[in-house]
Amino acid sequence: MSGVATPGRKKAEKIDRLAELSAAHDDERGVSLWQEAFRRLRRNPAAITGAAILMLFVLVAVFGPFLVPYATTDTIGVREGLVKSGQGIIPGSSADHWLGFDHQGRDEFSRLVVGARQTLLVGVVSTLVGLAVGALIGGIAGAAAGIGGRWGRWIDTTLMRIVDMLLALPSLLLAVSIAALLGASLVTVMIAVGMISVPVFARLLRGSMIAQAGSDYVLAATALGVRKSKIALTHIVPNSLAPVIVQATLTLATAIIEAAALSFLGLGNPDSAVPEWGVMLADAQPYLGTRPALAIYPAVAIIITALGFTLLGEAMREALDPKLRK
Amino acid sequence: MALLDVEDLSVTFARRGQRTVRAVDGVSFSVDAGEVVGLVGESGCGKSVTSLAIMGLLPRQKGVHIGGKASFDGTDLLQLDARSMRDVRGRDVAMIFQDPLSSLNPVVPLGIQVTEVLQRHRGMKGEAAAKEAAALLDRVGIPDPRRRLKEFPHQLSGGMRQRALIAMAVACRPRLLIADEPTTALDVTIQAQILELLKELVRESGTALVMITHDLGVVAGMCDTINVLYAGRVIETARRRPLFAEPHHPYTVGLLGSVPRLDAGRGERLTPIPGSVRDVLPWPDGCAFAPRCHRRVDACVGEPPELVLTHTGHSYRCVNPVTGPVAPARAQEEQA
Ligand SMILES: Nc1ncnc2c1ncn2[C@@H]1O[C@H](COP(=O)(O)OP(=O)(O)O)[C@@H](O)[C@H]1O
Ligand SMILES: [Mg+2]
Repeated sequence: MSGVATPGRKKAEKIDRLAELSAAHDDERGVSLWQEAFRRLRRNPAAITGAAILMLFVLVAVFGPFLVPYATTDTIGVREGLVKSGQGIIPGSSADHWLGFDHQGRDEFSRLVVGARQTLLVGVVSTLVGLAVGALIGGIAGAAAGIGGRWGRWIDTTLMRIVDMLLALPSLLLAVSIAALLGASLVTVMIAVGMISVPVFARLLRGSMIAQAGSDYVLAATALGVRKSKIALTHIVPNSLAPVIVQATLTLATAIIEAAALSFLGLGNPDSAVPEWGVMLADAQPYLGTRPALAIYPAVAIIITALGFTLLGEAMREALDPKLRK
Repeated sequence: MALLDVEDLSVTFARRGQRTVRAVDGVSFSVDAGEVVGLVGESGCGKSVTSLAIMGLLPRQKGVHIGGKASFDGTDLLQLDARSMRDVRGRDVAMIFQDPLSSLNPVVPLGIQVTEVLQRHRGMKGEAAAKEAAALLDRVGIPDPRRRLKEFPHQLSGGMRQRALIAMAVACRPRLLIADEPTTALDVTIQAQILELLKELVRESGTALVMITHDLGVVAGMCDTINVLYAGRVIETARRRPLFAEPHHPYTVGLLGSVPRLDAGRGERLTPIPGSVRDVLPWPDGCAFAPRCHRRVDACVGEPPELVLTHTGHSYRCVNPVTGPVAPARAQEEQA
C-alpha cells in the first residue's frame, strides 16, 4: 500500500503523526533509564527491605557516636566492680546497659553502635579502592580489545592474565598477604579488602564493554565515522556502568565481612579505643562459653548489614537488567 | 561514470567447525548520482552484508573474506585503509539501519548523538552544533527539536527515532545514503511517512539512495532502478516500470505475486513462492533458485545462468525467462 496515492493520505499522515507524538508522551515523558529502574526498585519488597536496613545502618554510623550513652573507652563495668572477666563474670542486659558489658567492662551497646561507623567506612573505602583500580584495568583492557590490532590484543590479554592470576588466589589469603606486607592498620584493611574485588570489577567492566562494542548503536555510530576512542568514551563506557554499580553494592556486603575477618585475625586497627565489629568478635572468643552473646551481637550486626547490601544489590541487578526491561 | 559501482562483490564467513557461508556471491549493481536504487530480496539473501561490506563495517578479522570492488566516485572503498574509510563514513556515504531503537544509544541524550557527527565531520561545537542539530531534527519533521535534543531515545516513538537517525545520516549531506530496511521495524502507518521523508530528502539534496528492502511495495513508490537479489547474487535488474510490468525472472514474478494487493479481488489468493531460501543450489552448480522454480528446465542445472541483457536495458539471469507482461492486475501502478 505504501507509495500508492490516495486522496485522504495527507490528512491520515497528520493524524498518524499526532498519534505517534502522543503515544510517546503518555507515561514516558521525562523518564530516564535510571528513573525507570528506580520505579521498579520501589515496587520490589526485597529492595525496600535492603534499603531500609542500609538507611538504618548509615544513620547509626553517622549519628550513633553522638548519641550513645557511654564512651567506648569507659571501663565503667570494672570501675563499678560489676565485671570480673578473669572469673568469667560479665553481666548481660540491664536497664542501664542494654546489651551488658564487654570483657573490659565497657558498655557493649555503645561499642556496637560506634562500631557501625568504622564498618561503613572500611566497607565503602575498600569497595571504592577495588572499583577504581578494577575499573581502570578493565576499562583499559576493554578499550584495547575494542580498538583491536596487535597492540590492542596484547594489552588486553596481558592485563586479563594478571587479573586472572589475582582471581585464582583465595581472596582471604590475598588479603592476609597484603596486610602482612603493609602491617596491621585500618588503611591496610581497606587496601587488602579492596584488592580482593579488583579482578571482579576489571572482568565485569571489560566484559560489558566488549558486549556493548557489538551493539547496534555502536555500529550506527561507526557508520557515521565517529572515532573509536570517542565511541568508547561516550557510548560504550556509560552503557557498561550499570552492572558495575550493581556489583559495587554487592561487593560492599562482602567487603564488610572480609574487613571483619581481617580485624578478627588481628590485621586491623590495633587501637582498640575505636570499636570495630570484627575486633569485637575476636575479643569475644575467650568468652564463648560464659557469654556467647558478646560474639552474637557483632556477628548479627555484620550479617544484617551484609544482607541489606545484598538485597539491594540483587534488586538493582534485576531492575537494570535490559532483558527484564520491556 | 556511476557514483557507486559494485562489481562482483563477494563476502564469505568462515568459522572453525562450521560450514563456510557465502553470504554475498558476486553482487554487481550501480548507482548514479541522485538516483534511488532498490535492493530487493527475501531475508537472508545478503542485503545487509552487501551494505555493511560497502560501508567497511564488516569485522576486519580472519574468517571474513571480502572480494570484488565497490568504487565510489572512482575510489574502491574496499581498498581504503581504516582511517580514510572513517572519514568517508558519515561524510560521503551514510547508512540507516533497520531497528531505530537499538541503533540509538539508550543512555545518552539525543542531542549528544546528533552533534557527534557534526563535530566529527563539520568541526562544529557548542551552540553552533546544537543549533544545527535542532535544524536537522526540524528538517526531518521532529517537532520541538530543542526539547527533543535533551531527551533520551526511549522517550521518543519508533517513528521519531528513525527520523532522528535519518537526521544524523544526512547531517553532512552525503552523496550516497544506504537505507537497510529502514521501515521494517515500524508500524505500517509510520512506514509510509518515513518513506515519504526519505523520498523528500533525496529529491531536495540530490543524494543517491540505496533502498534495501524485502518488500516490493516499498520500492514501487520510490526507486528508479531495482535490483532483485537471490542467494547473494543479483538475478534481475531493471528500471521500475519495466520490472513491474514485465518481470523476466521467475523469482521476481514470484515476489510480485507475494505482494498483497489492495485492489485484488476477494477470491484472488496470494501466490507465495514455494519452498524457502534454504533450498538453494550453490551458484557454481547452476541457478540457485532452480530447486524452488516452477519453470525449471534441464539447462538450469550444471552451470550458473549467464546475465542476459535486453535492448531496454533490462537484465536477468535465467535460461527460461518469463516473457510478455504478467497478469495486468498484478503489475504495480504507482505514482510517478
Ligand atoms: N557475521 C556473520 N557470520 C556468519 N554468517 C553471517 C554473518 N552475517 C550474515 N551471515 C549470513 O549471511 C547471509 C546473509 O545475511 P544478511 O545479509 O543479513 O541477509 P539479509 O538479506 O536478510 O539482510 C545469511 O545467511 C546470514 O546467516
Ligand atoms: Mg538484513
